[in-house]
Amino acid sequence: MRVKVISRSTDEFTRERSQDLQKVFRNYDPALRSQEKAVEYTRALNAAKLEKIFAKPFVGAMNGHIDAVSCMAKNPNHLKAIFSSSMDGDIRLWDIAARKTVCQFPGHQGAVRGLTTSTDGDLLVSCGVDCTVRLWKVPMLKMVDTSDRTGDNSQPSAVYTWKHAFWGADHQWDGNLFATVGAQVDIWDPDRSEPINSFEWGKDTVLSVRFDPGDCNILITSGSDRSLTLYDLRMSSPARKLIMKTRCNSVCWNPREPMNFTAANEDTNCYSFDARRLDEAKIVHKGHVSAVMDIDYSPTGREFVTGSYDRTVRIFNYLGDHSREIYHTKRMQRVFCVKYTYDGTYLVSGSDDTNLRLWKSKASEQLGVLLPRERKKQEYQDALKERYKHLPEVKRIVRHRHLPKPIYKAANLRRTMIEAESRKEERRRKHSAPGSMAVQPFRKRRIIKEVE
Amino acid sequence: MEVAKYSRGQGADLKALRDKKLKGQLSVKEKLYGQSAKAAAKAEKWLMPNDGVLGPYNIGYTSNGRYMLVGGQKGHLAMMDMLHMDLMKEFEVRETVRDVTFLHNEQFYAVAQKKYPYIYNRHGTEIHCLKEHGKALKLQFLSKQFLLASINSFGQLHYQDVSTGEMVANYRTGLGRTDVMRANPYNAVIGLGHAGGKVTMWKPTSVKPLVTMLCHHGPVTAVAFDRGGNLMATAGVDRKIKIWDLRKYEVVHSYPARAQSLDFSQKGLLACSNGSQVEIYKDFGGHDYKLYMKHKIMKGYQVGKVLFRPYEDILGIVHSMGFSSILVPGSGEPNFDTFVDNPMETTKQKREKEVHALLDKLPPETIMLNPNMIATVRAPKKKEKKTKEIEEEMEDAIEAAKNIERKKKTKGRSKPSKRAKKKEEDVFKAKRPFLEQSDKIDGRPDKKQRIGEEVELPKALQRFAKKPQS
Repeated sequence: MRVKVISRSTDEFTRERSQDLQKVFRNYDPALRSQEKAVEYTRALNAAKLEKIFAKPFVGAMNGHIDAVSCMAKNPNHLKAIFSSSMDGDIRLWDIAARKTVCQFPGHQGAVRGLTTSTDGDLLVSCGVDCTVRLWKVPMLKMVDTSDRTGDNSQPSAVYTWKHAFWGADHQWDGNLFATVGAQVDIWDPDRSEPINSFEWGKDTVLSVRFDPGDCNILITSGSDRSLTLYDLRMSSPARKLIMKTRCNSVCWNPREPMNFTAANEDTNCYSFDARRLDEAKIVHKGHVSAVMDIDYSPTGREFVTGSYDRTVRIFNYLGDHSREIYHTKRMQRVFCVKYTYDGTYLVSGSDDTNLRLWKSKASEQLGVLLPRERKKQEYQDALKERYKHLPEVKRIVRHRHLPKPIYKAANLRRTMIEAESRKEERRRKHSAPGSMAVQPFRKRRIIKEVE
Repeated sequence: MEVAKYSRGQGADLKALRDKKLKGQLSVKEKLYGQSAKAAAKAEKWLMPNDGVLGPYNIGYTSNGRYMLVGGQKGHLAMMDMLHMDLMKEFEVRETVRDVTFLHNEQFYAVAQKKYPYIYNRHGTEIHCLKEHGKALKLQFLSKQFLLASINSFGQLHYQDVSTGEMVANYRTGLGRTDVMRANPYNAVIGLGHAGGKVTMWKPTSVKPLVTMLCHHGPVTAVAFDRGGNLMATAGVDRKIKIWDLRKYEVVHSYPARAQSLDFSQKGLLACSNGSQVEIYKDFGGHDYKLYMKHKIMKGYQVGKVLFRPYEDILGIVHSMGFSSILVPGSGEPNFDTFVDNPMETTKQKREKEVHALLDKLPPETIMLNPNMIATVRAPKKKEKKTKEIEEEMEDAIEAAKNIERKKKTKGRSKPSKRAKKKEEDVFKAKRPFLEQSDKIDGRPDKKQRIGEEVELPKALQRFAKKPQS
């Protein structure tokens, strides 16, 4: 009679030579593993704690400017380069990897308010309060040559003087036109010394402009009359205007969903709109405690970064109503401009204290090339945190951020005020005739009207 | 000290001698014999006692089945590598050893000795003496939580975390001395069998046992848990072996047999030791346990503990002549998972596994009867809206309370503020039964156990009952 009994020979289960890989045998039977859920939960807790241990978002600061940084520009063809300009007219090209100035572009006689690059990366357009638009030929090849690093001066290839001070500039994505804004919206061709077209709606200053990445003829501007205006270059007059209760400092289109844009408003919120339906905001992003000065989208279109007058930089998920991350330093004063780098890994913030700061977009990310095992481990830990993030212990750790005291206090104060307001509203509604007080969603509350 | 052994018979009888010189010489020699016998007897205590039987043994296997630890009652300890049949370390502790168990791997093991349990290294060096546990009778190691549990002669259950050294819990079971203890591998709950026939289940975060079951009509002699977590086998002095379903807490099978010790294998076979034989029961589909194998050892020798070796078809048997192992086809898990337990581990793999186990160490709060309850969503409370009738009744009661005529006190004792306060108290009293009603409507049990509300006293004692507040 044959009786089957387990008999294992060590040769089958161990490796032959030390240069072979170790043999791995799997049995996925859950009966072999007890208390799986508890183990997974413990791992999620440990993953959340490790994320906090490795969270070191600040990479470095780039100093060189001698006045506050007013605006920045980036180009998709050159990942390492970023242009920045300051309030005294100094424009610099930085190498982000070395955090040093490659090239300087002197010439402006006042604050430079608008900075933009052409799509192919050869041309830099700058405009400022001295009523001039300067075009520069950008020595991008200089970035490769490491020996010639000292701030080299270039001459502008063209200087156009116009009638009024400029407040912003942006370049078309697919064409070679660029727009500048100030008292009105001007569309320029780089070869002409005068704008080829001008738009105006009302007599107020226009503060910022952005071309739509999806459709090269559409652009949006924000004005000091608390409005957001949509223009179409093919039409002779502006298309649509949206008036809000407070002014928008900056606007940015979502590069992956080009019909959506987000506006950074003075009332500390950011409003995301669908350009086809301007009567209601899609999402209101709350978080900052002071005016939001600048906004930029990540190239993935899934998150955006905002810089605010309250000395912090916040990262939001494109659909999130609260920020996922907040960056602050004692030395960073009012943030005037922020930019996401074109690989989505870093963000650059330019602030009042004349420095540009480089931050990681994921604070605990390990930079550089990861081995496949490291990458898998990271993905597993991210998945664990995602699965257990609603449990109180894990949520507490994942959500925890240290805020500077003034911001913490200001946020608490705002919360108390808003809660008091909403409680009073609720009571008023309860004690008045049903239906006599209209319920207005917050998304509509800050909009006054839409004008054709 | 046995001097008689060394004295080689009785001394010569010197009284019968007439020769004084001979008498003197022989008496000196006899004295010398006496002294040398005493010296030899003294030297004997430096030798290993070689009785042939060093007491009944206790055995333990590591979780991957590779190393085995034997500890004899008389203090003989030995650790063996069963894969290569190597004796790793053998030494004597020269005191009673009541139980042995490996900790998370073969590097450390715990031995319950005469007064306290000790922790030893793989080299046999004593590392820790766990004085707080007292006279431990049985030890169990919970590997995922790194907890060493012990039951001592006073019936106290101790849980100690061996990675940090902290004593996590220590409870008085209140049911007397017991030496039947087993850890349930499915949910890390400790099951104790008591002299009254009760089996209690404990976790380190509660003072009272999780479950108390009356299993037998007499003391419980052995308890074993199935790896799947559904079955428990208990044996008692009442000559019954019962197999229980742990979800319904009902008997699945009951056999008229005695068992000194029980063990479940990885594949669900149940081994019972009974006198000089070992019986193995197998589940032939649907929890239908029938006799599968019987093994008899030499007549006259008693079988003590039986323990299945993990990942092998081997059952280790301890009997009064020592230790032997038998083959039981179908009892071990043939396919092991390298990341769970690897019987053929290299040193590096062992070190990595230890580090990962420490990182994933579960806190003692995760031990519960149903381990899958973690991260589930609690069902929302169903708040039954107060029906209108109850509301109306409440309002009526409040009105009535407000309209009670209160006696007006004289001599300045009826101040308006006091009257108003009394009125408020009466209104609250009237509201209270309605509020209590709404509390009971919640699914959750009332935290305060109100005893005596539903107890019906016999008539003779009713005069002593607490009268409800009017």
